[in-house]
Amino acid sequence: MAGAREAILNAIRRGLRRGPLDAERRAALERRLVEHPSHLLPAIARHDGAERVRRFVERAEAEFATVARIAGPAAVPGAIAAYLAQRNLPSTAVMAPDQWLERVPWEDEPLLRLRKGRAEADDAVSVTTAFAGIAETGTLMLASGPASPTTLNLLPETHIAVLRESRVVASYEEAWQRLREETGRVGAGLLPRNVMWVTGPSRSADIEQTIELGVHGPRRVHIVLVAEAGEGGDGGGR
Amino acid sequence: MQPTSHAFKAEAERGLFDAALQRALGKARGTFLDRRRQAIARLPEFEALREIARGIKDHTLANLDAYLEIFEANVRTNGGEVHWCANAEEARAVVLSICRRLGARLVTKGKSMIAEEIGLNDFLAAHAITPVETDLGEYIIQLRGEPPSHIIAPAFHLNKEEWAEAFAKHHPGRGARPRTERKELLDEAREVLRERFLAADVGITGANFLIAETGSSVIVTNEGNGDLTQTLPRAHVVLASIEKVVPTLEDVSTILRVLARSATGQDISTYTTFSTGPRRPGDPDGPEEYHVILLDNGRSALVGGEFQDMLRCIRCAACINHCPVYGAVGGHAYGWVYSGPMGAVLTPALIGIERARDLPNASSFCGRCEAVCPMKIPLPRMMRHWREREFERRLTPAASRYGLRAWVFLAKRPALYRLVFGLAARLLARLARGRGRLRSLPLAGGWTLGRDLPAPEGRSFQDLWAARRRAGGG
Ligand code: SF4
Repeated sequence: MAGAREAILNAIRRGLRRGPLDAERRAALERRLVEHPSHLLPAIARHDGAERVRRFVERAEAEFATVARIAGPAAVPGAIAAYLAQRNLPSTAVMAPDQWLERVPWEDEPLLRLRKGRAEADDAVSVTTAFAGIAETGTLMLASGPASPTTLNLLPETHIAVLRESRVVASYEEAWQRLREETGRVGAGLLPRNVMWVTGPSRSADIEQTIELGVHGPRRVHIVLVAEAGEGGDGGGR
Repeated sequence: MQPTSHAFKAEAERGLFDAALQRALGKARGTFLDRRRQAIARLPEFEALREIARGIKDHTLANLDAYLEIFEANVRTNGGEVHWCANAEEARAVVLSICRRLGARLVTKGKSMIAEEIGLNDFLAAHAITPVETDLGEYIIQLRGEPPSHIIAPAFHLNKEEWAEAFAKHHPGRGARPRTERKELLDEAREVLRERFLAADVGITGANFLIAETGSSVIVTNEGNGDLTQTLPRAHVVLASIEKVVPTLEDVSTILRVLARSATGQDISTYTTFSTGPRRPGDPDGPEEYHVILLDNGRSALVGGEFQDMLRCIRCAACINHCPVYGAVGGHAYGWVYSGPMGAVLTPALIGIERARDLPNASSFCGRCEAVCPMKIPLPRMMRHWREREFERRLTPAASRYGLRAWVFLAKRPALYRLVFGLAARLLARLARGRGRLRSLPLAGGWTLGRDLPAPEGRSFQDLWAARRRAGGG
């Protein structure tokens, strides 16, 4: 509403007993946004190296995700096929149209049937990468884009995320820092349309405060953690 | 929703003698308290983070006009729209005009207390648009035609038999399925609501935060319903009140560390989602339109005044879960969207003290709400402000005016006050003998009837305040 904007801003300023911020204070706010200072990082958000990966796996499993650790990209198809077979899940999946995933030797598992694109209502299994894994809470960070449709994280009952160990970060702040560095973008341009932090499968405690898994989102979140970066280095996999 | 907060006393009494409600409350609250305690024990820096979180919000509120302008500009840069709305009526009109332009018939909704505040569901239904709540707790109370009884667990007051009964009635053709186990109820809801997600024309969510730096809205959920709501339809409408804004991603990250731990006792909720504008070129999915409704509805009047601290609230419900009064009477007694201590402060501010004059009296002065509030909001002090205002307005009935006078007498004599209330807190703690629960409370039979009262954790606010002053930190 046209009048409401000014009325609300003026009421706030009346409360603060001042007019619009003067140039100096406004510049200080803009500076704070550009510098986006980090605050205290608790110890759980400061792990490094192997300890960081260990924490990520431990927290993800504590939140009811499953994790398979494999040696390299070549082992991805086998790990996924084995996971689906063990749980009697369909071997047909919808996969993110992601360059790194496309280079994986899928032909090694001829029984896996993969379609590339966004998820539709009847897709049972999805395969994606993840922008990052956050060790602090065992959280996957998924960033939308042409190569990573958001529906893949939501519609299928089983979500398989392939995450390279080099993309495991210690904290939420470090995940943002990576995004800032890798995209070189700032401010309004920084975030893709959708960024999801996913910690384990969907759940609800709405009935008698008792946690049950698998409500609206995926019932199962499986993380395939790949030890070596593979070709293409660190840049892909978003 | 139409407030009935004026009837607090009668409704509270009804809650006290509702055996089923008492059972549900007792069970559910214990779970919340235990989970929170454990989550905080796992994060030694929790206290320090609380202080930082409070500082972030105070900084934001001191510059609220500027951060809202920056937020607005960044939403626009990303192709979204911002609609400023002074009151509920304006907000409803904006939602309706978006729905009409898109020819929407079915609207899915994530949990939004703002939607409750502006009475959106009834309004949409009256205009031939079907709103479907998708958070399970909201869904069941929508089926039952009742308001939420708790800001993060709307169906806090229901047991699974009541769920089963509502599903049997509202999900025709599924009668052959057993509905006795929680898992079966959830599966049934998943199936029914999945169809709605896929068919909806517009998705409406609330916002836990707005981020000025990036022009994003943030929702925090466990079910994934909010994500399906905002991803699948043609338009995503965000309902947010003006105090939800924070400056940066780093700021929100810090506050998120205290939010879930205080709310459900999780380290983090299952889904924390940052939405920035509509679908981008090349995106295979996502809404084509992104709208943020910035609702004031009385909040700007709190800025700079004695209730400004309330605008730090992140709706975690810790104060509600720890409140002995809420625990005794349940959420519906408060008569509006917000209950417990945060409701006792916020409701009079938003609907007027004359329509909610008993709420600020719904306090035992145990101080637990402030002690657990992750944003360090001085809830007891603000309830006192309301009582004083109410006293001045002379709206107070004679009996409670007498009580209030007695209280003012104590309050004006700090030493005596400390003695009475500090002693009371220690006494209660001793009575509980480390069990953390009280079976009965001396002189307050009604409150502990049928349920246990959590014992005060440590000392009262006044004690702590005095200690801090002595330490020079006052
Ligand atoms: S007042 Fe504090 S404890 Fe209560 S809901 Fe708000 S932030 Fe949480």
